[in-house]
Amino acid sequence: MNLHHIITEIEKTDPEIYDRFSNRRASIKNFSSFAGKVALAAVPIALGGLFKKAYGQSSTSIIDVLNYALTLEYLEAEFYQKGNQAGATLIPTMPAQQAISTIGAHETAHVNFLKTAITASGGTPVSKPTFDFTAKGTFNDVFTNYQTFLAVAQTFEDTGVRAYKGQAANLISNNDVLTAALNIHSVEARHASHIRQMRKANGFGDVKPWITGKNSGIGSVVQASYNGEETTMQAGIEITNINNTNVNADAASEAFDEPLSMQEVLAIVTPFLM
Amino acid sequence: MESSKNETVHISRRNFLGYASVFAGAATLISAASCKKDDMPSSNDGIDLGSGDIGILNYAFALEQLEAAFYIRVADNPYSGITAAETALLKDIRDHEIAHREFFRKALGTKAIPDLEVNFSSIQFESRTSVLNTAKAFEDLGVSAYNGAGKLITSPDYLLLAGKIVSVEARHAALIRDLISNGSFADMTVIDANGLEMSKAPAEVLMTASGFLKSKINASNLPTS
Repeated sequence: MNLHHIITEIEKTDPEIYDRFSNRRASIKNFSSFAGKVALAAVPIALGGLFKKAYGQSSTSIIDVLNYALTLEYLEAEFYQKGNQAGATLIPTMPAQQAISTIGAHETAHVNFLKTAITASGGTPVSKPTFDFTAKGTFNDVFTNYQTFLAVAQTFEDTGVRAYKGQAANLISNNDVLTAALNIHSVEARHASHIRQMRKANGFGDVKPWITGKNSGIGSVVQASYNGEETTMQAGIEITNINNTNVNADAASEAFDEPLSMQEVLAIVTPFLM
Repeated sequence: MESSKNETVHISRRNFLGYASVFAGAATLISAASCKKDDMPSSNDGIDLGSGDIGILNYAFALEQLEAAFYIRVADNPYSGITAAETALLKDIRDHEIAHREFFRKALGTKAIPDLEVNFSSIQFESRTSVLNTAKAFEDLGVSAYNGAGKLITSPDYLLLAGKIVSVEARHAALIRDLISNGSFADMTVIDANGLEMSKAPAEVLMTASGFLKSKINASNLPTS
């Protein structure tokens, strides 16, 4: 990845680029030192955010979206790898170990698929960041306490579903990439459903396979991943009791999963980056 | 507050109609061309889903009608040996499908297809196995249908709406599969070696769905890319 090259190219067609970034000038000029400190994978996201602000419009490229997805898949894949490595000391039953193994295998497959897709699209896959699955001490026992492990798993899966959903519109110009992203998106939702059932079965949280209101069944530390899910209004149409049905507000919120923007997801994921 | 809500609904309907009229012109030409290539005269019989984004929304409306009708029957005729937990989960799913169905009905307004007549003669509603296997077929089919429809949608707003619904269908699919056999939530019959779920084109989906419908559906005017 060559950020200076990207910026130089933009400068050729838009000599005002540094002025557009106005007070972000300093941060641009210091990008190389910034990149040194921040995990590599976070950089294109930060860069994308910077562009969005500078131009005041969404111009996220397909490669940007794929690298963003890759970053999230790296996070999930390594998380489940570590969980699987802990084995029976963390995950008490065989069916649960098998489920985590299945999910982990999917996440690793997603990493490999996205790397291939990015390269095939003429891009460069971002490198895997170094992760801190304790989220700076919030989940210190994540690989020794089954309840904590499943809480983080649920949060990653539900966030992943929202993250892919939030990018669908950015992929609308490329049918193949859009379809691939949708085909990953629904797998993440299946994972989320199963992890939520595991939490419920173990008495770790009063959750259903779907998201009721904005309840995580975990606590305030993961609330950012659930805020907005409580909406009962879709495209200007109120779903609660729609057309005189008995659909209540809980069902109305459950029936539609909500998207998250790249910025929202980045804020959620940042504590997990070293 | 109430009036502003109504206003929003009104505007969103007008948007739908706007899209519909834009597509009507283009779609007439496309369907005139594609009819000749179509060797199946029966595909032009029945309820016309329409063209463009409206056609895709009606396609989704048709599938949601089928799912809602099924889960209403399941909730009204609980299979023998049903547990309290299963009853609660299946009622939730019923309500989600009703919410989806009514959302499409309202959003489509005058462009909505009529209510479909279902044919559930192959389902034994008293049998847990029969009900859950049918539910699994419907949910897996629904997910692959939405996955396949994404690329056919031109409006980013409708694409997002399809995305909001498909992940809930996937949550249903995973649950139903786990009720049948714990751990089968995302097995190799639905997920490939790359970890990707399947996408299915409307023609393939409707062929399966037609086994549960008395009404005939004409999908010949739907977009194909």
